[in-house]
Amino acid sequence: MIPPPRHHSDNLALLSRPVPFSPAAAPSSYTAASDFSPTATGTVAASSYSGKLAAAAGADGEPGDDVAMSPGRVGRGRVMASSVPASGLTTVSVVTMPPGITEKVGGASVEVQNERPANSKPQKEKMTKAERRALQEAQRAAKAASKGEGSKAAAAGAGAVSSEITKPNKAVKPSQKKSDSASVAPSEKKGPGGERPPEKERKKDVPHPRMQYDDESRVEKAKRKAVVKQTEARNRVELFRHLPQYEHGSQLPDLESKFFQLDLMHPAVYKVGLQYLYGDVCGGNARCIAMLKAFQEVIKEYSTPPEKTLSRDLTTKINSYVSFFTECRPLSVSMGNAIRFLKSRIANLPLTMSELEAKTTLQLDIDQFINEKIILADKVIVSHAVTKIRDGDVLLTYGSSSAVEMILLHAYELGKQFRIVVVDSRPKLEGQLLLRRLIGKGINCTYTNINAASYIMHEVTRVFLGASAVLSNGTVYSRVGTACVAMVAHAFRVPVLVCCEAYKFHERVQLDSICSNEFGDPDVISKVPGREETIGLDSLPSSGNLQLLNLIYDATPSDYVSMIITDYGMVPPTSVPVIVREYRREHLWI
Amino acid sequence: MDQTSRVLQIDLYYDLGESGGRLLIMPDVQTLVNELLFKLKKRKIEGSHATARQTAILLRLVISQQRIPYTHQAAALIDAVKAVGEQLVAANPVELAVGNIVRRVLHIIREEDLSLSTVAMVGLNVSAVSDDEGDTDQDDHPVLSAAAVAAASRNTLRPPSLQTLLEDLPDSAAVPHTSSSGDDSEGKSKSADKSSRSRRLKHDVIEAVNELIEDISTSHEQIAEQAVEHIHQNEVILTLGSSRTVLEFLCAAKEKKRSFRVFVAEGAPRYQGHLLAKELVARGLQTTLIADSAVFAMISRVNMVIVGAHAVMANGGVIAPVGLNMVALAAQRHAVPFVVLAGSHKLCPLYPHNPEVLLNELRSPSELLDFGEFSDCMDFGSGMGSPLLHVVNPTFDYVPPKLVSLFITDTGGHNPSYVYRLIADYYSTDDLVLQRKPAPVN
Repeated sequence: MIPPPRHHSDNLALLSRPVPFSPAAAPSSYTAASDFSPTATGTVAASSYSGKLAAAAGADGEPGDDVAMSPGRVGRGRVMASSVPASGLTTVSVVTMPPGITEKVGGASVEVQNERPANSKPQKEKMTKAERRALQEAQRAAKAASKGEGSKAAAAGAGAVSSEITKPNKAVKPSQKKSDSASVAPSEKKGPGGERPPEKERKKDVPHPRMQYDDESRVEKAKRKAVVKQTEARNRVELFRHLPQYEHGSQLPDLESKFFQLDLMHPAVYKVGLQYLYGDVCGGNARCIAMLKAFQEVIKEYSTPPEKTLSRDLTTKINSYVSFFTECRPLSVSMGNAIRFLKSRIANLPLTMSELEAKTTLQLDIDQFINEKIILADKVIVSHAVTKIRDGDVLLTYGSSSAVEMILLHAYELGKQFRIVVVDSRPKLEGQLLLRRLIGKGINCTYTNINAASYIMHEVTRVFLGASAVLSNGTVYSRVGTACVAMVAHAFRVPVLVCCEAYKFHERVQLDSICSNEFGDPDVISKVPGREETIGLDSLPSSGNLQLLNLIYDATPSDYVSMIITDYGMVPPTSVPVIVREYRREHLWI
Repeated sequence: MDQTSRVLQIDLYYDLGESGGRLLIMPDVQTLVNELLFKLKKRKIEGSHATARQTAILLRLVISQQRIPYTHQAAALIDAVKAVGEQLVAANPVELAVGNIVRRVLHIIREEDLSLSTVAMVGLNVSAVSDDEGDTDQDDHPVLSAAAVAAASRNTLRPPSLQTLLEDLPDSAAVPHTSSSGDDSEGKSKSADKSSRSRRLKHDVIEAVNELIEDISTSHEQIAEQAVEHIHQNEVILTLGSSRTVLEFLCAAKEKKRSFRVFVAEGAPRYQGHLLAKELVARGLQTTLIADSAVFAMISRVNMVIVGAHAVMANGGVIAPVGLNMVALAAQRHAVPFVVLAGSHKLCPLYPHNPEVLLNELRSPSELLDFGEFSDCMDFGSGMGSPLLHVVNPTFDYVPPKLVSLFITDTGGHNPSYVYRLIADYYSTDDLVLQRKPAPVN
C-alpha cells in the first residue's frame, strides 16, 4: 500500500525539509494553502497523498541541488513553494545561506530574521545550546525592535529588521542565562526555539534527544518550573536513573492548593492533566484526543493579549500546557505528533488573518486531525484487518487496545466465526475490561494470564496487538508484555499483526525497553488484590534492598512482528521508516 | 510428624517379630497409604520436594512391614512397592516426583537384592570348591558375581563412567537370573540362612531408602554449595516465582560475600515471587520485584536466569512453573544462560509427549478472576451447552531442552543432553513403566 516512489529520492527528502520562511512570500502562500486543505479532508488513501506530493514536487520544479530552498517541515512552506515563483525563493535562499552559519552565532542571527515572523519550526538538533540561546535572544530583540517601530507584524520590514538584529544579538548575549530558563522545558521537548541551518538539512530528521533524568542540572532546572510537584520514589531502580521515577498519588493535594494560583492554566488543560496523572484517561488515542479537545477549548477562549501576535503567544501558551501535561505524565508519541501538528498549524497561520478566523481555523484543524488521523484511520485499519480473520480462527490479543477491539467487534458483526483469547497481566489487568465488553457482545472468549501464553498459543491462529508507537526501526513500543506475547507467538509460528494508526509512527529508534520507558506506581506491584495474606511486602521495613519496578511499556523487536496494519494498509515492519517519511510530509499538509 | 512416629512404631513391631506384628500393622499401612492418596488427590501436598519425601517415607513403611516369602523376596517387595506406587501415581499423575521416588525405591530393591545375592554367591562359590556341588553353574557364576559386586559397590558411590555405562546392561538382565539361581541353591542347602537373609534384604533396602530420604532433604544444600561457582560479583540474576532451591542457591552465594542483584518476576497467578523477594530482602540481597510482563523488557540487562523446576524429563526438557517458557525464550533471544536447579528426585525417566497438555494441570479460574466476576458467563452459570467464557489457568509450562543452558543437580552441573544418562544411574529400565502391569487387571 505504500505508494511507489514516483519521484527521485532526493526530491522526496527535499520536500520534507524545513523551509526558511520568507515573510514577504507568506500572504500568497496562504491562499494556496487554503485551496489545498479542503481536498485533503477525508482522503485517507495513500495514493491520493502521493499524487499530491508528486504534484507538489513537480510544481516545485527545482533540482535537488537547491537544498536550501526546499520547502519543508513547516508544511505551508511547501505549498508556498509550489505557488511562488522559483526566482523569489532563490533570493531567499541566498540570504539564508551565509557560509559557516552553524559555526558563528552571528551568522545564525542572519537566518533568524528570515524565519522569525512566521515563528516556524526551528532547527532543533543541529545547533549547539549557545547558538540556540543566541537565536532566542535575537528573536526577542527583533520583537522588541518591531514593537519599537510600532508595527504589530514585523513581516513588512523583514529586511530592515534583519540589519538591526545582528547588533542587538551581541548586546543581549550576556543576559542569556537569566532569560533562557523560560523556554527550556518546552524547547527541550519540541524544540521550537531555533532554525535549522539549511546546509545541514540532511541530518535534520534526527529526533531531539530526550531529557535524561540523571542529568542533575537539567532536572533542577525543570523542577524549578514544574507545576506538579513530584516526589522521588523511595527506592529508585538504579538501572533507570535516566528516567523520572516519582511517587504516585501524592501530587493531588499540592495541585489542588495551587489551583487558583495557576492563572496561566486553562481549566480544560488542568482537568485533562489530572486525568493523565490519575490514569483516568489512558491509551494512546484517548490521551491524544483528550489533549486535543483541551487545546480546542483553550483556543476557543483565547484572545491575543495586546501587543502580541497570536501565533507566537499561542505557541508559548501551548508549550506551557504541554510541559504541564508532561509533568503529569510523559507524553506519548501520539501526543507528541499531535502537538507537532498543532504547532505547525499555529506557526503557519497567516499574519493577515484575523484572530477569530485564525481561531476557527485552528479548531477546525484539530477536529480534522482527530477525525482523519484517529477515527477514520481506525476505520481503515479495521477494514484492512478484518480481511485477515477467517472462520474458525482463534485470535489472541493482549491487554486492551482500542483498535483491536474495533477489529474484533467488526469481524463479529460481519458474522465471522471465531474465538478470542484475551491475555492479561498484572498490574493493570486491562484485559478484563476488554473481556467484559466482548462478553457483553456475546463473543466467545478465553481468558488467561500472560504466563500461560505458551500454553494457549498452540491453538491460536492469529495474534492481534495494539501499539503505543511504532518506531522507525520497526520496533513496536507498546504496553508492557506485548513483547512477551509476540515472542511466544513467534516461537510457535503464529503470525503477529500489530494494529497502529500511522500518526503514532515516530522516527526515533529504540532497541530495548530500558533507554526510554515510563513508570507506573511501584506500589501496585507489591499489592495483589485479594491476596494480602500471602504477600505482605508492605510489612517489610522499607530497607533499601527491595525495589519495585512497574514498567509501563516495552519494545517488541521487529522480527517478532509479521505485519503492521496501519491506515496506509498492511506493511511489514521494515516499511515503517518509509511511512514515517511519507507521513511526516503529508501530515503537515492536512 | 504423625507419619514418622508411626513409622517408628512399625519398625518396632517389625523388630518384635514378623509373625506377631504383621497382621496388626496391615490395616494401619493401608490407612497411611490412603491418607497420602487423599492428599495427593486433593493437591494438599505442594511441591515435588515435599511429595518426594512423603512418598519415600510411605514406601519405607510399606517395605518394612511387607511380609517376605522365603523365595523371590525381592520380587515380593517389588510387587508391594509397585502396587502402592501405582495408586500414588494415579492419585496425581502430574506430580512426577511420586513416580520418580517409586522407581527409585524399586531400583534400590533390585540393587540391594543383587548385591546380597552376589555376597551369597561368593559364599556359595567358596563352598562349592569343597562341596563340588553345582559344577554346571560354576562356569558362569564368577562372571556374574564380578559384575554384581561392581554394581553393589556402585550403590554407594556411582561416578558416571564408561565402565558403568557398559556394565549397566548385563546388570539388569542378570537380576532375575541370579536371584532365582541363588534362591534355588539356598533352598537346597542353606535353609538356616533364609530368615537372616530376608531380614538382611529388608534391612538393607530400608537403609538405602533412608539414604534416599536423606538425599531428598539435603538436595537443597548440595545444590546451593555449587552457587559460588556460578554466581560472580555484580551479577544480575532473574528468576520467576519462588523455589526453595533457588532461594538457598542465591543465599549461599550471598553468604560467600558475593554481592549481586536479583530481579524477581512475581509469577502470577500465585505470586510466589513476592515471597521469594521478601526472603531475599530479609537476607540482604538487592532485589527488584517486577511484573511477569516486564520479563522481556528486563532480560537484556540480566546475566543469568536461575529458576527451579517441577520435573526434569529424560530428554532434558523441563516441566516448570507456568511462565518459564516465556522467560526461557526471552533468555535465548538475548543469549542469557538459562539455568535450572533440580534435585535428583525431580529427574523423571519418562520422555514427554505433548507435555503442555498431558503433564499439566488446570487450576481454578478464581486465581485469575475474582469470584463472582463473569460467573454468569462461565459454564456453571450459563446453564447452556457451551459457555461464553473459558478461563485457562495452567500450573506448568514445558521448557524444551534446547532452551536450557544448564541443569544444576545435587550431583553437579549437567547439560540437557546428558540427563538421560543421569536417569540411567537412578532408575532401572524395568521400572520405567509402572502402570503396565495392572492394566489388564483393571
